[in-house]
Amino acid sequence: MSALGFDAVGAVLIIPGGAAALLALLPGYRLSARLNVLAALATLLSSLTLLFARPQTGSYLLVDDTNIVFIVLTTFVGFTTSAFSASYIAHELEIGRLTPTYLRFYHSMYQVLMFAMNLALVSNSIGLMWVAIELATLTTVLMVGIYRTHEALEAAWKYFILGSVGIALALFGTILIYMAARPVVGEGLDAMLWTVLIERVGAFDPGLLDVAFVFLLLGYGTKVGLAPLHAWLPDAHAEGPTPISAVLSGLLLNVALYAVLRFKMLLAANAGALAPGPLMVIMGLFSLIFAAFMLYRRRDIKRLFAYSSVEHMGIITFAFGMGGPLANFAGLLHMTMHSLTKSAIFFTVGHIAQVKGTQRMSDIRGLTETHPLLGWGLVLGVVAIAGLPPLGIFMSEFLVVSSTFAREPVLAILLVVGLLIAFGALLLRLNGLAFGEPTGSLAPVKASYVPLFAHLAIVFCAGIYLPGPLVEWFQHVARLLG
Amino acid sequence: MPGLTLDVAHLLAGGLVLVSFTLLYQDRMFGVLNVFALHAFVVSLSVAWQAYIQVAPHLYITAAIALLFKGIVIPVVLRRIVVRLNIHRTVETVVGIGPTMLAGMGLVALSMALMLRVTATADPLAREDLTFALSVVLLGMLMMVTRRNAVSQVIGFMSIENGLIMAATGAKGMPLVVEISVAFSVLIAFIVIGIFLFRIRERFDTVDLQALHDFRGERE
Repeated sequence: MSALGFDAVGAVLIIPGGAAALLALLPGYRLSARLNVLAALATLLSSLTLLFARPQTGSYLLVDDTNIVFIVLTTFVGFTTSAFSASYIAHELEIGRLTPTYLRFYHSMYQVLMFAMNLALVSNSIGLMWVAIELATLTTVLMVGIYRTHEALEAAWKYFILGSVGIALALFGTILIYMAARPVVGEGLDAMLWTVLIERVGAFDPGLLDVAFVFLLLGYGTKVGLAPLHAWLPDAHAEGPTPISAVLSGLLLNVALYAVLRFKMLLAANAGALAPGPLMVIMGLFSLIFAAFMLYRRRDIKRLFAYSSVEHMGIITFAFGMGGPLANFAGLLHMTMHSLTKSAIFFTVGHIAQVKGTQRMSDIRGLTETHPLLGWGLVLGVVAIAGLPPLGIFMSEFLVVSSTFAREPVLAILLVVGLLIAFGALLLRLNGLAFGEPTGSLAPVKASYVPLFAHLAIVFCAGIYLPGPLVEWFQHVARLLG
Repeated sequence: MPGLTLDVAHLLAGGLVLVSFTLLYQDRMFGVLNVFALHAFVVSLSVAWQAYIQVAPHLYITAAIALLFKGIVIPVVLRRIVVRLNIHRTVETVVGIGPTMLAGMGLVALSMALMLRVTATADPLAREDLTFALSVVLLGMLMMVTRRNAVSQVIGFMSIENGLIMAATGAKGMPLVVEISVAFSVLIAFIVIGIFLFRIRERFDTVDLQALHDFRGERE
């Protein structure tokens, strides 16, 4: 059992790592794109075996009930995005936005990014987790700048500066956690191990923990894209290749949020420390309302959905900040649904931008007439992300709102106002994009619709019926999150 | 001699804060680079002293890396870039020197008020070390926001890294992170120098971020 389990954890890391090295050596983008999909599929399969055979907890790697949700989600979206990328990236080569060398680099970096995200999720040491998140940041910085246009370089530079400052704050917070743990646990490796920390955190100095959490929340919160630390996010989404936008929104933000949640659990287990919830509630609510207003002024389609990601990360942070089994359940569900829906939207947006040759929303009209599948895919995706029933996000938003109403009616009203503002903006934009007189190129699109509609189908099914075992599993994790 | 070990550690950590202040008011590119080399030198001394008093030989490696890479290699490389890009005459600051220095003092006061209060029970060496380290981190951030020039921002970022290394080595017996963070700071420096500066040079003929900001935002 444990031997198999260990191999699965190893595989989740070794497959992307090995694939990155292999893809860096291989010329020929067709082969690389296929290998990329294969590697992502293999990673997904090995992460699924983790559901059945848990490995033993080591000093570096850990798989428990909390992170396995994140691991499966990450590897799944990683796989579907690689399939989308395979149909997307050839066009970038044809129009000369990328050269074969850059494409080779792109595929290799994609796997490095998957490796870094998986490592951040399975690491037991908070130091190792920090390193993994830093690696993921650096990788995405390079990917965002890959088109080497003015805008892409500026976006990458902004992302690099803000991301590094965030990551520096997070390291300082990590050091403070170690300082708090040292008198109780003793020096050395143990004082950074998650499993040791959570057991003995009750005896830590609360003052140090408080300060550490503020640094960690600000540091990793920058990577989650919480306002007012979100400035890098819209630029990075808009200027990088679309598969990267999908992975950023769908996965990397979650990984950073996972780090915040880990430390929230740590603080919650210490009686003397400040309650981490209110801080997260404030940041989440502010992000939601701020992003909802920002949605109205967007002219670039990818920026629009980037702000929508800020909005949804705000909702998720809010839900986890409220805490309690119900709100945590809603937060987990919302996170899963958002990842699936937002990456599906970016899949459509990528093809739309390719066929129309622009990301300006005023130049994209009447998609349902010219490209029915893409257009209706976009309609479905936006309807889902705006939170209309019967799709999955409606259910999770409903749970967040109803659980909040029971405890803090005032916050719930603010939450609903934010949701409605965002809803209005999204439908307004959707109307222009999908309906009306068609403009721009009418050329047929060579898109692969499988990843897109697979995601939307899952979101649709989840809105109508959640399987019992899944509900139980999420409820169990929600209780663990406290 | 516990008194002496503490005093020397404080002297070096306080010296690093002082050098951070010096970085803030440099108005010549070469000045910034020279002061940064001094910054790296002081941090490597501080790390070496921690290695000595904690009897932790692996920290000497960290000290050597700080000295060789950050103190010598990176300033030399950046100097070449600055000369090649012909930006060595002035540094554009967003805010004047006076307000910047005042803000810096405010940040140091903030870090003292915060850290000394919450770490009252920690051991004195680590306690004051952390306070100074946080000051250096905050001053580095201040430098990053008050400069427009990409090279100065990278320097600001590396001074933040120096502060973090000081904090990490001051936390006695902290595993892994020292080596790894040093490796990463080197990696970051290379990424920045190699990719951004050359690309920016290639495309813009300037590394003044103001030029980049002209392209920002929504394309109307």
